[in-house]
Amino acid sequence: MITEDKGNIMIVGVGGQGTLLSSRILGSILLSSGYDVKLSEVHGMSQRGGSVVTYVRYNRGKVYSPIVDKGGADIVLSFEALEAARYAEYVAPDGVIVTNTQEINPMPVITGTASYPENIITDLRRAGFNVDAFDALSLANKAGSSKCVNLVLLGRLSRLFRFERSLWEKAIEETVPPKFLEINRRAFALGREA
Amino acid sequence: MKKLMLGNEAFARGLWEAGCSFISSYPGTPSTEITEFGAKYKEIYAEWAPNEKVAMESAFGASLAGLRSFCGMKHVGLNVAADPLFTISYTGVSGGMVIAVADDPAMHSSQNEQDSRHYARASKIPMLEPSDSSEAKDFVKAAYEISEEYDTPVLVRMCTRIAHCQNPVEICDRETPPPKPYEKNFQKYVMMPGMAKKRHPVVEERTSALEVFAETSTLNRTDEGRDRSIGVITSGTCYNYIKEVFGDEYPVLKLGTVWPMPKRKILDFAKSVGRVFVVEELDPFIETHCKSLGLDVTGKDLFTNIGEFSQNYIEGKFAEAMGRGISVRTKTINAEIPARPPVMCAGCPHRGIYHVLKKNRLTVLGDIGCYTLGAVPPLSAIDTTICMGASVSALHGFNKARSLTDEAGNARTADGTARLKTAAVIGDSTFMHSGVTGLINAIYNESDSLIVILDNSTTGMTGHQQNPTTGFNLKGDPCAKINLEELCRSVGAARVLVVDPYNIAECDAAVKSLTADGLEGVSVLISRRPCALLKSVKHPGPIHVDARRCIGCKSCMQIGCPAISFKEGKAVIDETQCTGCGICAGLCKVGAIGCAAKNADPEGRREER
Repeated sequence: MITEDKGNIMIVGVGGQGTLLSSRILGSILLSSGYDVKLSEVHGMSQRGGSVVTYVRYNRGKVYSPIVDKGGADIVLSFEALEAARYAEYVAPDGVIVTNTQEINPMPVITGTASYPENIITDLRRAGFNVDAFDALSLANKAGSSKCVNLVLLGRLSRLFRFERSLWEKAIEETVPPKFLEINRRAFALGREA
Repeated sequence: MKKLMLGNEAFARGLWEAGCSFISSYPGTPSTEITEFGAKYKEIYAEWAPNEKVAMESAFGASLAGLRSFCGMKHVGLNVAADPLFTISYTGVSGGMVIAVADDPAMHSSQNEQDSRHYARASKIPMLEPSDSSEAKDFVKAAYEISEEYDTPVLVRMCTRIAHCQNPVEICDRETPPPKPYEKNFQKYVMMPGMAKKRHPVVEERTSALEVFAETSTLNRTDEGRDRSIGVITSGTCYNYIKEVFGDEYPVLKLGTVWPMPKRKILDFAKSVGRVFVVEELDPFIETHCKSLGLDVTGKDLFTNIGEFSQNYIEGKFAEAMGRGISVRTKTINAEIPARPPVMCAGCPHRGIYHVLKKNRLTVLGDIGCYTLGAVPPLSAIDTTICMGASVSALHGFNKARSLTDEAGNARTADGTARLKTAAVIGDSTFMHSGVTGLINAIYNESDSLIVILDNSTTGMTGHQQNPTTGFNLKGDPCAKINLEELCRSVGAARVLVVDPYNIAECDAAVKSLTADGLEGVSVLISRRPCALLKSVKHPGPIHVDARRCIGCKSCMQIGCPAISFKEGKAVIDETQCTGCGICAGLCKVGAIGCAAKNADPEGRREER
């Protein structure tokens, strides 16, 4: 469980994986629970399959900076293994990395000018990081669509907070279009219970 | 009631609450959502203009008609609109007029890092700068008050970290001021020398009056601090980093009016503290002003004028100034982490035509949009990117220069340059923005050039905005549709061809015919296929590599599709990304890539709802 007074969370992944939706659901829960909140997003060019990062900061007092800096993240929630490694230096000394084990090759790997590091999760643990790694893609497929990896990961993240489950479900209902609500609910449940 | 809002959404809420009735803008990251959210209010008429100059002039016209108006753009858009900006400063307004300019320090999605505050000083137009969503909303309302009271358009500067950050905003009701009646006043609105000479002193007096306003306005405020040995003058994004690091330790003068600045307030603040630090991203704008007031301040001799700041950066720099160190505790892993640059999406129609341009070894002058991403390996398809529309005009200059000869009839350009085959590539929205004037220039000045319009039926990079060629307006209603073929023919293009970029053979034949030796005049090749991310586009579904047939030649990997990778000597297609566009299948010499059942609907254009 993370601290109740304030927190810094980074949600990282590959453009197109749906990181924004997770941060918005988390943001609405934090706001309705009485926190001051800042969520920073990056739009435009970086979204096109590039490395993307969203910052979520909350505080019982006031949140000033819109970003999380190196060594400051209580949680890095990563949608992809390589991205967990990329942003590892942002993790606070007692912070945690929650990551999908899915691997998506970046263009330099596809073109053969770089290689995808092997054993990222093991290396992160060996370097002293507290890592919760699991296969969110399989759970998303089990829920009905590879596209709801974001809700599976949000479900896993939700275990680190003391908020009632109903609060999460209400926030999902308010954020997700009705057409995709059922599948997203299932994905969240699979992530939370995994 | 408090609501989480993006800075841009809060800005739009401010427009609505202030009674704004007219919006005209051109999309550009990080400004786009102001206009998109603004368009959701039924009381506001909102439209996309083909470019920022047109948008600003339209917004001025609405102000002249007596309503509160708005136009929004990114920093480089203000360059396009600079012409009306400097003269609307002279004429002033009738209904209040607010202009948003969104800067992008660190260039998250931009081609340069310009600091738009210089425009405020240069055009003598007041500029406000909020530091969060809540202020964005409040400052917009203040901007309309200033606009009408001081008879001036007002600039509101946003930055990426304000525009794209969500935080809580208290929402209020709309209050619409009564419209101002139109009154003919040629002394005020006809800016020919005789009248403009009389307006210039009015502008100077206005700036003096606004300086007085800035002295007492609550937009500029001082946060008291416990330790007066240091004082910080700052604004916008940087205020947040200062407060994050120092809380209430040092006094902070937060400037909400970055132009004109309150002289007396700055001097009094400086007198009340020891050492004065000016903290601002990009150029030393506030610092230069402080120095012109005779103040000894620490600014860009300590802080960089490149990129964004952060709390660690600020903490480190202050520690450096005071001769102490800081320690940020971080861990890393011992592994080479490959970069993950943005790429054109799987199924992107630009990929097919780029492959053909590269195969034909063309020198390609590029433009601004998703297709700029074709510059990087493996496509490496374009040679230049400058600004909106520059592909077409620069290609004309490039080709003209190559045709110039000296008195002996020898080429004036260096050996081999004259023999290059060339083309310009430009998107549909960018072409409407400022490519069409380049086309007219190329035809008028008798260029022999090939212009490729990458028509993906949307404004892609900024997130799918309508434009004059899509047949839909900002509100999503059907409207007049500019026909690109007819437009190009009517201004005198010698040849206009349309191809499907998923059809490599067709594209290759067209490019070869339009770059044939001795071909004269301007040719336009329209590469037409809607953006693969449009909701209206139905994809046939992922296709597969038959590993038994694949010989590992990597032909399919020349196109830089993010869905294709290479594992254990064979190509592999990632099902979660593949749309089934089939471009890779067309490149496979051994038929190892199974074509999807049928190609995507070629008429899939414009069914977005």
